[in-house]
Amino acid sequence: MVMDFPYIVEPRRDSGLYNAKLGIWLFLASEVMLFGALFSAYVLLRVGAEPGMWPHGWLNIPIGTANTVVLITSSITTVLAWVSCKLRQYGRFKFFHACTILLALTFVCIKSFEYHDKFTHYEIALANGKFADGHLMEKSKDFDLEKKTGSVTIHGYEVEQRTELMDLHSPEARRRPREEITLPAAEIKKMERYGPWHHTYLAIYFTLTGLHALHVVCGAVVIGFLWGPGTRMWRTEPERFTNRIEVSGLFWHFVDLVWIFLFPVLYLL
Amino acid sequence: MKQWFGEKILGLPPLASTNGQGVDDLIIYVHWLMLALFIGWLIYFFYALVRFRHARQPQADYAGVKNHASNYLELAVAGVEAVLLIFVAVPLWANAVDKFPPASESTVVQVVAQQFSWNVRYPGPDGVFGKQDVKFVAMDNVFGVDPADANGKDDIQLINEIHVPVNKPVIIYLSSKDVVHSLKIIAVRVCQDAIPGLRIPVWFTPTQIGRYQINCAQLCGNGHSAMSGGYLVVESQADYDQWLKSKSGGPASFE
Amino acid sequence: MEATLQHPAPKPGHEAHGHEDHHDPGFWRTYIFSTDHKVIGVQYALGSLSFLLFGFFLMLLMRWQISKPGVPVPVIGPLLEKALGSAAPHGALSPDLYNSFGAMHGTIMVFLAIVPLAFAAFSNVVLPLQIGAPDMAFPRVNMASFQAYVVGGVIMLASFFIPGGAAQAGWTSYSPLATAIPTDGQTFWIIGMVFIITSSLLSAVNFIATIIQLRAPGMTWMRLPFFVWAQFVTSFLLLLAFPPLEAAAVMQLMDKVAHTSFFLPTGLAIGGQLANISGGGSPLLWQHLFWFLGHPEVYVLILPAMGIVCEIIANNTRKPIWGYKSLVYSVLAIGFLSFIVWAHHMYLTGMGTKVAVFFQATTMIISIPSVIILTCLFISLWGGSIRFNTPMLFALAFLPMFGIGGLTGLPLGFNISDVHLHDTYYVIAHFHYVVAPGTIFALFAGIYYWLPKLTGRKLNEFWGRVHFWGSLIFMNIVFMPMFAQGMAGMLRRMADGGANYSAAVNAKGGAEVIGGLSSNIMEMHTWILWGACILGLAQIPFIINLFWSLKHGEKVESDNPWQATTLEWQTATPPPHGNFPEAPHVYRGPYEYSVPGHATDFTPQDEPPK
Ligand code: HEA
Ligand code: HEA
Ligand code: CUA
Ligand SMILES: [Cu+2]
Repeated sequence: MVMDFPYIVEPRRDSGLYNAKLGIWLFLASEVMLFGALFSAYVLLRVGAEPGMWPHGWLNIPIGTANTVVLITSSITTVLAWVSCKLRQYGRFKFFHACTILLALTFVCIKSFEYHDKFTHYEIALANGKFADGHLMEKSKDFDLEKKTGSVTIHGYEVEQRTELMDLHSPEARRRPREEITLPAAEIKKMERYGPWHHTYLAIYFTLTGLHALHVVCGAVVIGFLWGPGTRMWRTEPERFTNRIEVSGLFWHFVDLVWIFLFPVLYLL
Repeated sequence: MKQWFGEKILGLPPLASTNGQGVDDLIIYVHWLMLALFIGWLIYFFYALVRFRHARQPQADYAGVKNHASNYLELAVAGVEAVLLIFVAVPLWANAVDKFPPASESTVVQVVAQQFSWNVRYPGPDGVFGKQDVKFVAMDNVFGVDPADANGKDDIQLINEIHVPVNKPVIIYLSSKDVVHSLKIIAVRVCQDAIPGLRIPVWFTPTQIGRYQINCAQLCGNGHSAMSGGYLVVESQADYDQWLKSKSGGPASFE
Repeated sequence: MEATLQHPAPKPGHEAHGHEDHHDPGFWRTYIFSTDHKVIGVQYALGSLSFLLFGFFLMLLMRWQISKPGVPVPVIGPLLEKALGSAAPHGALSPDLYNSFGAMHGTIMVFLAIVPLAFAAFSNVVLPLQIGAPDMAFPRVNMASFQAYVVGGVIMLASFFIPGGAAQAGWTSYSPLATAIPTDGQTFWIIGMVFIITSSLLSAVNFIATIIQLRAPGMTWMRLPFFVWAQFVTSFLLLLAFPPLEAAAVMQLMDKVAHTSFFLPTGLAIGGQLANISGGGSPLLWQHLFWFLGHPEVYVLILPAMGIVCEIIANNTRKPIWGYKSLVYSVLAIGFLSFIVWAHHMYLTGMGTKVAVFFQATTMIISIPSVIILTCLFISLWGGSIRFNTPMLFALAFLPMFGIGGLTGLPLGFNISDVHLHDTYYVIAHFHYVVAPGTIFALFAGIYYWLPKLTGRKLNEFWGRVHFWGSLIFMNIVFMPMFAQGMAGMLRRMADGGANYSAAVNAKGGAEVIGGLSSNIMEMHTWILWGACILGLAQIPFIINLFWSLKHGEKVESDNPWQATTLEWQTATPPPHGNFPEAPHVYRGPYEYSVPGHATDFTPQDEPPK
């Protein structure tokens, strides 16, 4: 005598949607506002930066492009997985979503590699007013900035002013030779790695990509669930299961879309 | 009437500047509108409650009010608000932020707020501020004045006291070195947030000699309520010059 | 995100009606991890009411400190010192503690008391019933959202007891102050907020989906009770306004733990030497993101209240609401407009003329729909046959109280008059009139009105009236003087109640100072203090009445004790799991009272036409 629950599977006539689909659209609307706010923060910070102090070319474009390709492919496989469900081809569904999950993991691996690269990259302000910049090769055992003992070796270059470290797209920056430089602690005024605290550009970069990566992971987990234990529903209610695949797919496309915005904004502009 | 309403009914504090008149006027006009609406509505309200209580009106009337008098009322409210906005509020604000008096004819002062006091800086006899840069900012140099710059040598710096001559426009360049504060001088109807990283000008023209309380109107930490040491001292031109001379003895040091 | 009703959850006092489910799912599933919207609603109600009480206690302590700065708090003082240590020396409030209490009072009242009560609790209990739905669209998401709320609340409460205490930068948490304060309170605040925001987002999605998908056959948009419309718009406000604050919170968290400089400009010198940060951030960015939420949020606090009041007025005037359509359009207008007025909280941050004109204009425009809504409710009284029961008394009192609060928003809405009123107690009085005697009264009205539906028992009328008059009188004694204080220039967030700015203290300084607070302005602190205390006492009858009525309240003689037209009254009391034996069919609008020629003076929405 309990009313059975409407519109879980078949869409409601006037709205043309089943519940979960409407739910995900609403959820995505709020997600748009979330990333929208972060993007507007990006714009404000960039506009507000002192002249010449907004970095260009700090990120590796080929790697970024590769990651873009990875995500777009994963979007395609999600669609194919959903289609296979619609066509009731269980095997192909399994295959395509397996690809999706693997691609998601690939994306995260590449991303973490990029992060690691930033955390081993140092900007060193020298006592003589110059700046050294590059990736850490090694620290001598007795290296200590306070005690001014020991030395560090980086692979990079030295420049006169800090602004020269900002625009790496500029011809002279491209021409700059990279060699191993060994710097005694005594000559070092300040040494800082390219973490979020190093520059507001990196702050917004890590925040945006980090939040996005979090979405990728969550999406992968959900899809992983639907791929593994979740398939129980396939036998009982295939249509409803297909809906779940569609809904998780919509989320996945959104995550993909966010990256499509992130990539040019952070890597190219 | 207006005067009386402002002082006795609203309890507006005494006013000591030309620009403040506009502030008070608008406050008074708006409160007239509010009172008119509120009292009108209240009368209707209580009449309706008594007239249509169940005992007196056992059977409700399905249609209720048929005319649309209320629409006119709503339009009226909108109209009055529009008038106040376009003809009072906007011009006054434009006057406050766009029509700055020329620096040559006014007293120019820099104020940098900090937890929990006001640093004040005058250009000194030469009337020119020394160059400033954040890289010089230090414990003893909140304004980040360039020690090398000659113009800076005779600048005057002091804490918590803004001296200005009466009846002459005052321009204050306001900033903060730590958190957001807000410079509020009630008697001259001035209030402006002091925001680190920004330098925002405000101006007013004091009309009465006296010693005025400076308030910090923005929560700025555990000393916020105690940040009350600041005073605006409005004095005659003569006294002001006197004071200025007494201050500009030797060069103010930043080392 | 699918929905099932596999595990039924009977309600307290369920046996009162003949709808036993034969397999009892047990205590935990029934009351703690229930997915039944009514149970979740009750959970929300109890949680948020407790927070309301707690927020009020914080305020009592603050009011004591304001009128007797540095004097140990009687009774509670020693406990405070035991619990919080040096923050409460000899049981008096240190400025830091006062600031924590202020910030937490605001946060708790807004995010943990009123929003969960007005939005989550009332919509959960009433909304699915009113639209003839079996439950929420996503019962499990609904449960998750309550759990997120609990986690957020616990984190906020825990933050009182960490070293250095809770957040101290006001509920607005302006950077750089929020970041500069060395203690971890702010970090807790941010993390707590993230959970609370998540909770609100989940509910918002859920309610919108429920309203769009689960309306009973015949329940067209223009037949929805106004309460449903109000909650519909409220949900959208939460859905779209909260994420930017979440983004801001993440950035502030980064500033706090990863030492980024999102909101910290170059050359920041906290305590003398330059802060060791990259700089390049903007303090105003935080303010914009906060108020982009902040303003829609305040309408989140008022719209549900308006919805409740509308239902109760229609029911107790025994006639249709006047101008139902204009009500609906007004509430939609408020919804849209509330996204483009936020900077009226930032008038004095150095705003150019163009921007100022825009935000003053939108601020004035948004006041019009509110005027229209109030007007409609007023005119609805005309020609009615008014029953003065407790719910109606509170609902009626809401009108002038909101009127005062709303009208005093106007002088704040003009940039130039805000110069004098900004950050004074005038602002405090303004918004408390809207949220305290305004929203809280509407919520009381709602509780007295709908509780009989849940429990099958009415609350006691006499004690209800005591509660009403006590609350009405003392709310005004508490907040009315604040207008005077604000006009006189008394500032908010003063750990000493403005003593340092008082003429008395200035006089000690020697030279006569103009602009100090006069002694009779300072006097008012005392009335407010005692007013607030008695206001608290006036709540005791309510609390007792509430729990006493569960067992001993007068039994309702029918499923429809108020003889109302809307659907929630057309099913069993309490409604069974799944709400309706079979989906009701709706034939007419929500407020068909005193229809000429009809036998009774009310015609339920689902009564088949002859
Ligand atoms: C529910 C909450 C709520 C509501 C509805 C409103 C409504 C309004 N608010 Fe308010 N406001 C707050 C909550 C609210 N506010 C809070 C919390 C703050 C402070 C935040 C902080 O700084 O901590 C604030 C601060 C605030 C400011 C910033 C002040 C400052 O910091 O300097 C401004 C400025 O424009 C403002 C304006 C308005 C306006 C124009 C309305 C309008 O929408 C009002 C429209 C309503 C009317 C015009 C009334 C119409 C009714 C009648 C006319 C009928 C009268 C009835 C009888 C007589 C019976 N508000
Ligand atoms: C919805 C929001 C809301 C509500 C309801 C209230 C309610 C009250 N507020 Fe608050 N207040 C704020 C939001 C709110 N406030 C905000 C946002 C600020 C700004 C903070 C800041 O500066 O950052 C503020 C600041 C603020 C100040 C200024 C502090 C300062 O600037 O230094 C003061 C001063 O008097 C004050 C007083 C009160 C009082 C007396 C009440 C009373 O009306 C309380 C009434 C409540 C009760 C009487 C309790 C009823 C309890 C029950 C019925 C419980 C039943 C329980 C069970 C059944 C379990 N508030
Ligand atoms: Cu400075 Cu408050
Ligand atoms: Cu607002």
